[in-house]
Amino acid sequence: MSDSTRSFLDVRDLTVSFPTEGGLVHAVEGVSFSIERGETLAIVGESGSGKSVSAQAIMGLINRKAAQISGEVWVNGKDIVAMSDDDVRKMRGSEMAMIFQDPMSSLHPFYKIGAQLSEAVRVHQQVSKADAKAQAVDMLGRVGIPDPKSRADTYPHQLSGGMRQRVMIAMALINSPSLLIADEPTTALDVTVQAQILELIASLQQEFDTAVVLITHDLGIVADVADNVAVMYGGRLVERANVDDIFYRAQMPYTLGLLSSVPRLDQVTSDRLDPIPGNPPSPINLPPGCVFQPRCSYSHLVGGTTCEMKRPELLQINADHFVRCHLDEAERVRISTEVTHVLHGGGA
Amino acid sequence: MSSYVVRRVLSMLLLLLLLSLVVFILFSILPTDPARLTCGKSCTPEIIEANRHRLGLDLPVFQQYWEFLKGLFVGRTYAANSPDPINCSAPCLGYSFRRGEEVLILIKDGLPTTIWLALGAFVFWMVAGISLGVYAAIRRGTWRDKTVMGVGLVGYSLPSFFIGLLAIFFIIIKWNLLPYPSWVPPQEDPVGFLQTMILPWIILAILYAAFYMRLTRNQMLEVLGEDYIRTARAKGLPERTVIGKHALRAGLTPIVTAAGLDLAGLLGGAIIIESLFSLPGIGSLAITSVNDADLPVIVGITLVTATFIIVANLIVDLLYAAIDPRVRLG
Repeated sequence: MSDSTRSFLDVRDLTVSFPTEGGLVHAVEGVSFSIERGETLAIVGESGSGKSVSAQAIMGLINRKAAQISGEVWVNGKDIVAMSDDDVRKMRGSEMAMIFQDPMSSLHPFYKIGAQLSEAVRVHQQVSKADAKAQAVDMLGRVGIPDPKSRADTYPHQLSGGMRQRVMIAMALINSPSLLIADEPTTALDVTVQAQILELIASLQQEFDTAVVLITHDLGIVADVADNVAVMYGGRLVERANVDDIFYRAQMPYTLGLLSSVPRLDQVTSDRLDPIPGNPPSPINLPPGCVFQPRCSYSHLVGGTTCEMKRPELLQINADHFVRCHLDEAERVRISTEVTHVLHGGGA
Repeated sequence: MSSYVVRRVLSMLLLLLLLSLVVFILFSILPTDPARLTCGKSCTPEIIEANRHRLGLDLPVFQQYWEFLKGLFVGRTYAANSPDPINCSAPCLGYSFRRGEEVLILIKDGLPTTIWLALGAFVFWMVAGISLGVYAAIRRGTWRDKTVMGVGLVGYSLPSFFIGLLAIFFIIIKWNLLPYPSWVPPQEDPVGFLQTMILPWIILAILYAAFYMRLTRNQMLEVLGEDYIRTARAKGLPERTVIGKHALRAGLTPIVTAAGLDLAGLLGGAIIIESLFSLPGIGSLAITSVNDADLPVIVGITLVTATFIIVANLIVDLLYAAIDPRVRLG
């Protein structure tokens, strides 16, 4: 069933839409990306851009009765979309795992941490309770929780946010999954703790040779940990490239807008941030053309009503750089150079 | 923890004391004259006055209350100076001259019936209410959910005397499926006991089950949207563990609270159901005592019922702490 050329995680043309009373909500449309073991892919975008829905679709966490899912999601040679709910369930927590944004609410408040971890062990491994508990304590130690043996007997509310996120990571990695999806794992944490958590994920990734999909809106984190970046907007993938191309040679106006809206300490030239004007589109009433067109300051360069009326295709620029834009290549390169030159102080 | 219990028990006693005082005052300002009710047809003002004195009803309210409190701890003797004094040993909840019996004994006689009625109904409504509520929550928005909730609404809306009368008419009278209800303790005649109790149980349970179904469904829907439920699914737990363990445990807390208080309330007697099925429980005792203006019995029942509810409150709070580790007693 698996062919040797297929990537470890291979998402092809993933589309997720939710029928609601207000109409069909197109949360994710035609998203494709792939990632190998040991690599980190960052999915970047604003709230509502479809990044979390994509992640949950990969995990098979979206209720198929409530949503229409199409496309292919190959994990380790198996297509999640085509599999039965129960088969996907068996992969969750063993072959693929997920950590969530808010460690405060993601652990069950009524069960001890050790019990929640050993439960994760015993769903997927035929081991005794004592064995599972020992694995849990061992894993808690490996994610840097001091005195793991006694911490295993505490309840989540007795731990700090950073410690809870460590527990979540321990729980996600306890069955050595080969795919880890981290959905804004540091957003709810203090900045000082953020770095520790990211380092922890990176070191465990090396140890287990895990493929990591990191969902974030923090470009600083992306620059630190990602190998490849997928930029999402309005449920679509608008640009995909390796991390250097995104930071130095991004071509999609939205990506460039994201890069320009990052606050910088080393520049005194402008006293204001440069945010993208306007708001993200409503997933019910997407613009008929390019979903970013209403906020794009370059669409007048295309001419006619192409940007308003026609959905742009995902264009391939080089081996791993894709962009969805109606601007012609010379124009994109010019804009890119202009913006990144300012951003990187002439370093690009 | 134990100091918490001691403090709670002390405040419970204080509450009961206040409550008994309020009940006492309330009944003393009622227009009915208990002394007038103590004598039958051939009544003269002299007999009434004599009885009033015999019962201590000529004393000021607070002195009557004091006598009552004293009786609780050391017992009391009514009509001490008459040829046949009535001795009511401690704890004396009072004496019903109407029935010629100590109040405590009247309540003790009625209590088993009421306890059996309440416990049986409790089991029925908890099992039906919780399981149907969980079912409706899982099938949220489907016709199954709507059917279950619709039937529940009907059960909730129909008064129990109406369902009770229908049941008696059809099941007992018309179709002869069950014999006429007549109370018998289970240890004497288990079959007769079940035959008598099954209808009261179900009818009493319908009302509560409808309420608990709604409560459970709402609780489950709220909990199923929690982040830790998504975590449980992300771990790869089967759906029955996610629902039956993770969601139910979290959703159960307010249900336990409500259940404890409802059960305690029922132990104070289910007046309508007991009257309808002629069950000689606390409810029947209460309604006849009210009709007879039998003050000592009413005060006694009020206090016993209040005690049940106050004790249940404490038990519920302790259970709450046992279920939810975040709750700290103190």
